[in-house]
Amino acid sequence: MLTKFFERIGAFVIKRLEEFGTIVLLYMDTIKQSMHKPRIHHIIAQMSHLGVDSLMIVSLTLLFTGVVFTLQTAHEFIRFGAQSTVGGVIAIAIGRELGPVLVGVVCAGRVGAAITAEISTMKVTEQIDALKVMAVSPVNYLIVPRMIACMIAVPILTVFGDLIGVFGGWLVATQYSGISSYMFTNSIKIFADIYDLTGGMIKAIFFGNVIAVLGCYYGLNCPNGAEGVGIATTKTVVTSIIVIFILNAILTFIIYR
Amino acid sequence: MIKLINLSKAYGRKLALKSINLEIADGETLAIIGGSGSGKSTLLRLMIGLEKPTSGEIWIGNQEISKLTEEEMMRVRLRMGMVFQYSALFDSMTVGENVAFGLVEHTTYSQEKIKAIVREKLKQVGLEGIENRMPNELSGGMKKRVSLARAIAFGPEIIFYDEPSSGLDPVTTGKIDELIIETQRALNVTSIVVTHDMVSACNIANRIAMVYNGELIAVDTVENFKKLQEPKVREFFRVIN
Repeated sequence: MLTKFFERIGAFVIKRLEEFGTIVLLYMDTIKQSMHKPRIHHIIAQMSHLGVDSLMIVSLTLLFTGVVFTLQTAHEFIRFGAQSTVGGVIAIAIGRELGPVLVGVVCAGRVGAAITAEISTMKVTEQIDALKVMAVSPVNYLIVPRMIACMIAVPILTVFGDLIGVFGGWLVATQYSGISSYMFTNSIKIFADIYDLTGGMIKAIFFGNVIAVLGCYYGLNCPNGAEGVGIATTKTVVTSIIVIFILNAILTFIIYR
Repeated sequence: MIKLINLSKAYGRKLALKSINLEIADGETLAIIGGSGSGKSTLLRLMIGLEKPTSGEIWIGNQEISKLTEEEMMRVRLRMGMVFQYSALFDSMTVGENVAFGLVEHTTYSQEKIKAIVREKLKQVGLEGIENRMPNELSGGMKKRVSLARAIAFGPEIIFYDEPSSGLDPVTTGKIDELIIETQRALNVTSIVVTHDMVSACNIANRIAMVYNGELIAVDTVENFKKLQEPKVREFFRVIN
């Protein structure tokens, strides 16, 4: 009974380690393939498909995050006479953490799932094999453009989301909490600086990387059949979100210590 | 020439192919037949390098491919074409883009020249003027023919067919068979056709090989194959008829 229990744990750990090893190998192959002549047309198409089409969901997420965050904090800050810091606190929180993490999570759900669904469908319909038979590397043709597109689009979406989030905060602060527009913006100027924005963007580059590579990995390794596509898509979203949270903690420690 | 020497493939503990020895001459059409799960598709995937054998050798011309890296294998595959069981057309591309794919990727031909080749290849498979249609607008038989046009567009020396008659009605199957014969005659390519359709195999092939439970149990010319008294071969004929 006890032996079986440990056998199961061992099998689970070995499977996860194997999976991790395969992802690292795929990642290294992607880096190697990205040294070849870039497929600019594909990268732009992916940026449009994965980036521009995510603008609406990113806007809504960050707008309401900014609104709710200000609703929750402004009142307390005013109680302690610290209304002149509200804008700065919101800008720092969104720029450093909420912006990149929420955009990462939203993109993991929208972009990562889309990448996996597309690639896994190609796999089950033998289109990946067709690429190989025609002497075209699936890594070069499918993964590299998606990875570069995500590494460019996610930071851009993050900056856009940061601005929308701060706008949401400004809206509540000025229209509901009674803080003047000057005090809000002046507070941002005093407390926040460019590193709050760039630090978030660096995180977003890593998150974009994770989303693309995991999306492609689970797509290329999906079990056969329609059910397999669903399983692979779910795995991409769940794993990407977990990795984004872990990576965020590590990156925060490195960038802002 | 394609030569398989003591070729075996195992998935975990299950042996899918057991010590296969086979030679296929240049310009020959070989049909590999067998029931579902017999290992014939695995054999095809090994020959085209989509999977690595557990042991044994695969010679394509004077090159042993089983130990090549993926990059080296890519160069070998430039000499091959494949018609997939479900056509495997790129569904985000038009028919024309599908046929042109190999040329766009591996040549520096002008757009005009590529368009001309695409037109010619589509004409060869009897599908003129459908360059701008999407794969989802085509019937199963048309998809197979586009897949063949794509396979021959780059001028391969060897064409692999995976279940070319699968999912098609008898009339369309007959047309695809004719197309395989015509393509072989016109281009003098080596053709390897994996099928479970005995009628098709007899129509198109010079020789037939039968795989049963991962073993190559018979290889012979079509005429001789029909006369074989090997029980598994007879059983297959009986079931088909």
